[in-house]
Amino acid sequence: MSTRSNSRLTSWRGIVLALAAASTLAGCATGPNPRDPYEKFNRKMFAFNDAVDRAALKPAASAYKQVLPTFVQTGVSNFFGNLSDLWTGVNNLMQGKGADGLSDLTRFSLNSTFGLAGLLDIGSEAGLPKHNEDFGQTLGAWGVAPGPYLMLPLLGPSTVRDALVVPVDIAADPWAYKHPVGWRNFGTAVRAVDQRAAVLDASNLMEEAALDRYEFIRDGFLQRRLSRITDNGEQKIKFRKNIKKDDAPAGAKSIKAAYPDDPGATVPAGAAPASTPSSAPAPAAAVPSDAQNIRAAYTDDPGPTDTASEVRQWAAAPAMSSKPASK
Amino acid sequence: MKLIKHLIAMSAIAFTAFAVAAPAPAPVGNEAPDVLVKRISNDVIETAKADKDIQAGDVNKVTALVDAKILPYIDFQRMTALAAGRFWRDATPAQKTALSNEFRTLLVHTYSGALSQIKNETVEFKPMRADPADTTVEVRSQVNVQRGEPIQLNYRLAKGPSGWKIFDINVLGAWLVETYKGTFASEIGKGGIDGLIKKLAERNQQLANKPVKAAR
Repeated sequence: MSTRSNSRLTSWRGIVLALAAASTLAGCATGPNPRDPYEKFNRKMFAFNDAVDRAALKPAASAYKQVLPTFVQTGVSNFFGNLSDLWTGVNNLMQGKGADGLSDLTRFSLNSTFGLAGLLDIGSEAGLPKHNEDFGQTLGAWGVAPGPYLMLPLLGPSTVRDALVVPVDIAADPWAYKHPVGWRNFGTAVRAVDQRAAVLDASNLMEEAALDRYEFIRDGFLQRRLSRITDNGEQKIKFRKNIKKDDAPAGAKSIKAAYPDDPGATVPAGAAPASTPSSAPAPAAAVPSDAQNIRAAYTDDPGPTDTASEVRQWAAAPAMSSKPASK
Repeated sequence: MKLIKHLIAMSAIAFTAFAVAAPAPAPVGNEAPDVLVKRISNDVIETAKADKDIQAGDVNKVTALVDAKILPYIDFQRMTALAAGRFWRDATPAQKTALSNEFRTLLVHTYSGALSQIKNETVEFKPMRADPADTTVEVRSQVNVQRGEPIQLNYRLAKGPSGWKIFDINVLGAWLVETYKGTFASEIGKGGIDGLIKKLAERNQQLANKPVKAAR
């Protein structure tokens, strides 16, 4: 929920952040997961966020989705999305992704003018796709390691690195300077509700898929965040300042394995250069195929399942085409 | 919580896509992995879009679609083994079977829910980076939704005795196996492999009493 707005809220959030940082640094019991040493604290914060969601945000989002016409919802989403494109573009430029950054800034100009202050997303129709970047991602692209997982009040899952620069992202949000303050607060609330409404169905599904929602969200978030920073594996990033080796998300290891430092070492004999897309990133010569990277991503892999035994197993499973056996 | 929302949204879509990505009948022996995924994906999406009952969340129809078009192309046992990691070796054959069956039931239920949410999404495939000799490949795609960023949906397939099969799926940057790995490890830590099986079975029991379609 992005409640980035009035100064009261901001300062309150600052206090909470400071408290969070303090209590985590004070050293909560070390959890079993090396990426989540503050699990005890994080779980409490997660329960708090969840309570807020159930009591206020989710009901509001459900009502919003049911009552308002779709074009209004789309307009709201486009409007705030447009405001965020500006900062996204700046971050892309800071990460050295000039083409993406210019595309974002062009999007912002187009949508802010011809798109009626952002209500219409004509940029997407013109072939300028929407990106999503923030300062935490920029730091990641510069090689700053994420540090431990950290659950923030109201803002949700994060990492120590990203939490520290939340104030930067807030300061870079144009809506944070909207006057009068009443409008600013109203808009902030609407944006939060709109964003929640967009994922209602998904969140319901996820409640079903997860055995332990805390762990599910954590393990998904950390991978998701890394994937964003590497732009789905397109960018090669070597994290410096790793607090401990084990603190990097497990995904980082596979990414590192995926893009070995020694460029010449990994070309398998049979790799046909022709199969490498011409748009491959700079160290292209070292990326003939995904096969090695994929193997490196799994430990304890028993290999493909033998067909015969699998068929037997399926035949033995009663639950496939009907509900699982009733109680 | 924006990220949570994204995560959630993506998982929903991913699951949908998974569902979408799954296969169609007639096992074609030499079909390339990306062609296979594309075919299954289009097939499932078209079927779901055309069927009012599926969109309304008809349990039997959704399950039938998943059974027929998707399940034959997924190596559930390997997926389960990977998620269980080092604990898999210690499991007895009976535990392995029970664990993969319960895990499959849970995933099928989730896919079914996602399937009933398909509306106007389109799927776009990216060029595959693979050598013809590879036996493990990654197929990358994105689901273009009406509003917001496209949802990234990748599949990893391995060539086995019976052709290409999906053994891991990536939704919005998160791999299914990796995402369940932590949960599996902590449940096994608490109650052993039997504890994990029991936990999955309980969840499946709860879900069986609910409609497939996620509440709106």
